[in-house]
This record gives sequence, C-alpha cells and structure tokens, in this order.
Amino acid sequence: MLNQSPWKVTLVLLVCLAGLILSFPNLFSRDTVERWPGFLPKSQINLGLDLQGGAYLLLEVDSGAVIRERLEELTNEVRVALRGAGVGYQNLGVSGNAVTFRLTDPSQRDAALAALTPLNGAIGGGSGLSMFAPGTLGGMELDIRDPGDGRISLALSKTGISSRVTSAVTQSLEIVRRRIDELGTREASVQRQGENRIVVQVPGESSPESIKRLLGQTAKLTFHFVDQDTPVSEARAGRLPPGSMLLDSEEPGPNGQPIQYVVRRQVVVGGESLVDAQPTLQNNQAVVSFRFDSPGGRKFGQATQQNVGQLLAIVLDGKVISAPRVNEPILGGSGIISGSFTFQSATELAVLLRAGALPAPLEVVEERSVGPELGADSIRSGVLACVVAAIAVFIFMLVYYGPVFGLIANLALVVNLILVFATMSFLGATLTLPGIAGIVLVIGQAVDSNVLIYERIHEEVKNGRSPIAALDVGFNEALRTIVDSNVTSFIAGIALFIFGTGPVKGFAVTHCIGIITTMFTAVTFTRLIVAYWYKWRRPKVLPI
Amino acid sequence: MAHRLRLVPEGLNVPFFRYRWPFFVWSALVLIATILVVAINGLNFGIDFKGGTVLEVQMPGPANLAAMRSTIDGLGMGASELQTAGSDRDVLIRLEASENQDEQKARIEQVKEALNGEFGEGIVYKRQEFVGPKVSGELLMNGVWAVLISVVGVLGYLWFRFEWQYGVGALAALIHDVSAGVAVYAFTGVEFNLTSIAALLMIVGYSLNDTVVIYDRIRENLRRYKAMPIPELLDRSANETMARTLATSITTLLALIALFVLGGPVIRDFTMIMIVGVIVGVYSTIYIASPVLYYLNLRAAGPAPAKTVPAHVKG
Repeated sequence: MLNQSPWKVTLVLLVCLAGLILSFPNLFSRDTVERWPGFLPKSQINLGLDLQGGAYLLLEVDSGAVIRERLEELTNEVRVALRGAGVGYQNLGVSGNAVTFRLTDPSQRDAALAALTPLNGAIGGGSGLSMFAPGTLGGMELDIRDPGDGRISLALSKTGISSRVTSAVTQSLEIVRRRIDELGTREASVQRQGENRIVVQVPGESSPESIKRLLGQTAKLTFHFVDQDTPVSEARAGRLPPGSMLLDSEEPGPNGQPIQYVVRRQVVVGGESLVDAQPTLQNNQAVVSFRFDSPGGRKFGQATQQNVGQLLAIVLDGKVISAPRVNEPILGGSGIISGSFTFQSATELAVLLRAGALPAPLEVVEERSVGPELGADSIRSGVLACVVAAIAVFIFMLVYYGPVFGLIANLALVVNLILVFATMSFLGATLTLPGIAGIVLVIGQAVDSNVLIYERIHEEVKNGRSPIAALDVGFNEALRTIVDSNVTSFIAGIALFIFGTGPVKGFAVTHCIGIITTMFTAVTFTRLIVAYWYKWRRPKVLPI
Repeated sequence: MAHRLRLVPEGLNVPFFRYRWPFFVWSALVLIATILVVAINGLNFGIDFKGGTVLEVQMPGPANLAAMRSTIDGLGMGASELQTAGSDRDVLIRLEASENQDEQKARIEQVKEALNGEFGEGIVYKRQEFVGPKVSGELLMNGVWAVLISVVGVLGYLWFRFEWQYGVGALAALIHDVSAGVAVYAFTGVEFNLTSIAALLMIVGYSLNDTVVIYDRIRENLRRYKAMPIPELLDRSANETMARTLATSITTLLALIALFVLGGPVIRDFTMIMIVGVIVGVYSTIYIASPVLYYLNLRAAGPAPAKTVPAHVKG
C-alpha cells in the first residue's frame, strides 16, 4: 500500500497531466485555438447539433426508382438491339423486375437471343473486357429467360439489382456532398448509414428548408428534340410513337394547366456533360448559362447543326423547362437555359447542375433541427446543473467523510471530470444535451468508488485492524466490487451506444467514458493520494 | 477519536428478510399494476416512435394557445396538440402523423406560414422535428433491442463472475425496476421517446450497480461464515453495505436533483425517471435481488472454502 513503485506514480501523474493539457483547449473559442502554435493540442469537444443548433436530415435513396429507371433504359436497349438484328417483336414492356416481349416469328428466337446476349453485362467484371468469362465474377446483371413459347424476358438478377442500388447510393452520397458544399457551411457532414440511407448534418443551419430544396430534386437535365410529327392531341389519346414521350411543362401555361410536349426519347446531351453552370441575366431575365465538356459540346453542335429549325426541349426531372427553336447550330459548347426563373431559382438550378444529378430521388425520412437560441439555453442550463451538482456532492463528501477523506474524494472527482473532458477532446467525441446529463450522473456516481473504498476501510477499522492494514484491505476488497459494479453499468452504456441515435448516443459516450475514468481514478489516483497522506501524517487512528 | 456523522448507526441490524413477504406482495402488485396501466392507458409515444412532426416556437409575447390552436386547426391537418414549454412564450406544437409522407413534410411549412400570417413575423422557430413512419418503427425496435441486449449482456457477465443464482436474482430486480420506470411513463403520460430508452437503460445500469455491490458482499460472507443460516447472512450483507448504498444514492440523487431543477425542460422528464430509478433500484436490491437468492439454493452454488478469515489479508 505504502510503497508504490515510482514508475506507477509517474505514470499516474503523467495521465493526470495529459488530461489537463488535453482538456485545456476547451476553455477557449475555436478561433483562438486555431491560432495557437502547432505543438499545442487543438482538438476540442464537438458540440452536438442539439447544443450548437443545426439541422439533421436522414435521407433514403429511392431504390425502387433506381430499378425502374434501369428497366426503362433496358427496354430501349432491347428495342435497339432487336431492330438492329432485324427481329420482329410485340408487346415490349416492363413487367415486374423484367423487360418482356413476344417474338412475331418464333423461329427468330436464336437471332433474338444472340442480339440480346451482349446487353447482359457481368457485375464487377466489366462485360466483354474482363479477363474472365462474363459471369464468373459476381454473376450477371440479367437473367434472360425464354420458356419456348415465343416470349422472352430479361429479368434483373439479385446481384444486378443490389449492385445498381449500391452504386446509386454511393453516387448519391457524392452528389449530396457536392451540393451541401455549395452551401459554404463548414463542418457539414454527409455520411452513409446502413444500406440505402444518407445522414446530412449541417451545424448552424437551423432551417432545413433550404437544404431540403437543395436535395429534393434529382436535377437530371437532358436535351431532347420535340417530336413535331405527332400532335399533342394524338399523344394524349394514347397514339404515341414508341420513340417519343409526352411531358408536362415545369410552369403552368396560360390556362393554368401545364403545357404538354411530345418529345423524342433519345437524349441529345445529358447533364453529365456539363462542366459549368451559372446564373446570369439576359434581357433583364434570369437565366442559367452552361458549358459542355468537349465531347458533349461536339455532340450538341452536331445535333443542332442537323436540326436547325427544330424545337429543342430542355427537360429537368421529367418536366420541360422550355423548348426553344434551334435557329442556328450551337457550336461553341455553351448555351443558356431560359424559363420563368427568378434570380434565386436560377442560382439554385445552377448549383444543382454543377453538382450533378442524383441517380435516384432522395426521400427525407427523418428531420430534426434546433435553433441556436435553444442550443445556447441548453448549454447554459446544462453547465449550471453540472456546477451545482458538483458543489452539492463536494459538500456532502466533505461533511460525511471529514476534511481528509472527503477532500481526497473531491480531488479524485475533479481529476475524473478533467479526464472525461480530456478523453472526449482527444477522441473528438460529440457532447449533446443528454451527454451533459451523463456528466452530471458521472458526478453523482464517480464518488461511489470512493464511498465503497471508504466504507470498507471503515469496517476494517471497526473490526480492529491497524490503520495501515485497514487501508490495505479496504482498497483491495473494494476494488473487486468497483470493477464488477462498473462493468455492469458499462455494458448497459455500450448497448445504448450501439443502438442509440443522435443526442442519446451522446449520453452513452459520456457515461461510458465516465465509467472508465472513474475506475482509473479510484484504483490509482485515490490510492496514491491516500498513501502519501498516510506517510506524511502517520495517524494512529484513521479519521474515517 | 470522536466520530463524525453517519447515515446509519454502527452495527445496524435490520431484519430485512423477516419482512420479505409484504414487500414481495407489494412488488408483485406494482408489476401487475404496471402491466394493467400500460395495457389500458398505453404509453404516450413521442414522434420518435410513432412518427409525426413537432415544432417548438417562441412567440413574441405571451402565447395565446387557444388562438394558435384555432389557426392550426384551420389548416385541417388532423389532430394537433399545443402546450407551453418552459416559459409562457414557448409553445410546443405536435402534429399527428400522416399516411402520406410528403403531405406530412409540407405541414411544417404550412403551419409556419399560418402562424407568421396570424401572429406576425416575430416568431422564433426553436426546434422542428419530423420523423417518418419508416424510421419511427426502426427507432422503436432499436430501443427495445438496446434494452434486451444490455440485460442479456449484464446477466452473462454476472453468470461469469458469480453463479447463475445471482443472474436470476438480478434479473428479477431488473424486471421490477424497469417496469417501475415504464409505470411512471404510463401513469404520468410523460412522452415516451428516444431519451426514455436512455433513461430505462440507466435504470438498468444503476439497479445492477447497486445489486452487484450487495451480491459481492453476499458472496464474500458465504465464504467467511460457512455455517450462518442464509436469511441471517443476507440480512448481514444488506446491513453491512447499507452505509455505502445510502451514501452513493444520496450523491447520485443530489446530482440528479440539480439536473432536474436546473437542467432545462428538455431533459427534465429523463431526470425524473432516473430519480425514480435510483430509489426503486435500492429498494429492489434489498427486497428482491437479495431474498430471491434464498429460494435458489445458494450454498450449493459456489465453492465454499471453510474459512473464518479471508485468506487475502496481508495486514
């Protein structure tokens, strides 16, 4: 008990010193800390959104839409492939997770299958170019079935679907990140959660509306020529050529109803070829000017050259923004999108176009935002509660265990709290309002180890042991109890950490860290101080 | 040396075990009452678990709840609930979950517009939350899992460190304490949300912490007093650890009361449940966890070396 190895003593003191140094930056504002010289520790405790104010959004990638879109694309590919091979077909369309059609002439079955096989890419191998035969790595995207009655179906395989969805989520993550970056808020975080969800946290942004507007659109921009051979009335009556589609305008027309356009399905150029988009004013009207990359610019130039006089529909998310006439070939690789924009909506569209299109719509499934006032109130009341709780516990321990042991317990509590803050800063952990509650609870419970030790020593004294023997037995016997009781609390804390979300997780963090630091201070720090005190005073009777 | 104040007199010897039956009955009644109240009243699930929308607004002056209610009801979006939160300027608005998620999201905007139109632009929107139906189901399941996993984990640890009898006793005490916590939610109608799960888990943690301390002493006394009848041994262990139990409960309660009074409205409910948890945790240790061991043939359990003095005393 009395002879502590000097190494141990040094180590304990070093840990305490490290705790002081690591928790130190929290006393200063972040800006001050950033100007410190490089050798000083700079990491601070992060405040949760509930304390500093901010918005939290949980988004879900609409995997149904990803699959639907792939099926539509596949239908087109099938059409092109069959036409190219001169195979006649009927009833081409999507049913369930498959594209199906019927051969006009069943004897063309082999020709049809031969034409369709190249559509079936291997997942993870890259079709055709892979050094392995298609299908050996991860499986094929399609499951081509031909029951023999002239019907052929191309179903998306399970691996095909999951790889589409996964890549859609990965891509969405990137696009969301770029769009959020456009907000210019520092410290915004965009993270993947689970299979198909994305968490967006933007500190300081207390109104999530602007973020939702930014993320609520897929912003898929495409240019199509208008099918001027098919009148809208024909199309509305269902007589729509297979290569065309009927689209609404973005803005309602003069009669309040959206204007409808018959537009060729074939995409002239898509938004993925854009390299820049900016809002500008033209004739006092807000427009978005854009620039294509060079292949996109060439394609656009060629197409406009061959179709002078045609209407070119600018389609955003399935709605026609405008359909200007091509008066002359547009060869420079840049142009403008006009429509009924305000300067703000033109700015927003430009942001969306620069960041790129989302592969699928995002749905907000959970949203929480806290204004900075509420956060500041919470910090104030939380800190006040901490201080008052600490003072109350200090007084109790002093009164109950007397000036010597009470003071030692209080010293241990202070060290404990410093270590909690130091650990949280070191880990960059997030402090939330329930986390502050966790710290208050640590204040109440941390002294438990001291209580266990002191009560044990008290019993041993009562049983007639000498002071030194009582101290020794007291510490040793209490240690077992301290470990067992803290481990059980710790397990509950870990369960909360794993299953908890948001602020509640913050409670688990401070609770668990508090348990570890409590065990450390009880086992090492308290023991050290008591040993030195005993060596110094050599009391005949322990004041306990 | 004159001794300072103590919470319990030296040589305390309360015959806890003798009065076990009235307390068993009482605990059983509490448990039955909880089940009944939860079955009849149900829990007042917050939006975390049932989906929906919450807005916390600060009005420019004292809030006129009736006028605000009629403004919101005028929007025709189903049941809404208004209550003041904290000061008389702060109002909590709850909107019912809607089948249609887009509609539900649009509601926040509609309510804001209506309030701004009716009461001017000086309204501060302090907090707004929306939980969709997909997420709320998952959050509830996660909460249930958290409680179950922690219970299983802790019982596993007790079994490993002690004997199975202790695991059973602790489980009984745990069921009592967690039900008591749930009962408070059911009786008071306090909103049951994610924070409530944290509160229940802390009851699990505290209850076990307390139980383990007395179990540790029981195990030690079993080794020390080989011939002592179990009831006497259980009482002795409870009395010996009573000073610690009270001291720790008092410091924990002091901290929690500080938090309850000063910590602000957001975590007040949480703190209230924790306070209840500390009290029932102490009760269940003495009147459930400990006497249950009597019925589980404790002596046959662990190794019981015949020693009257612990072997590890180094003096």
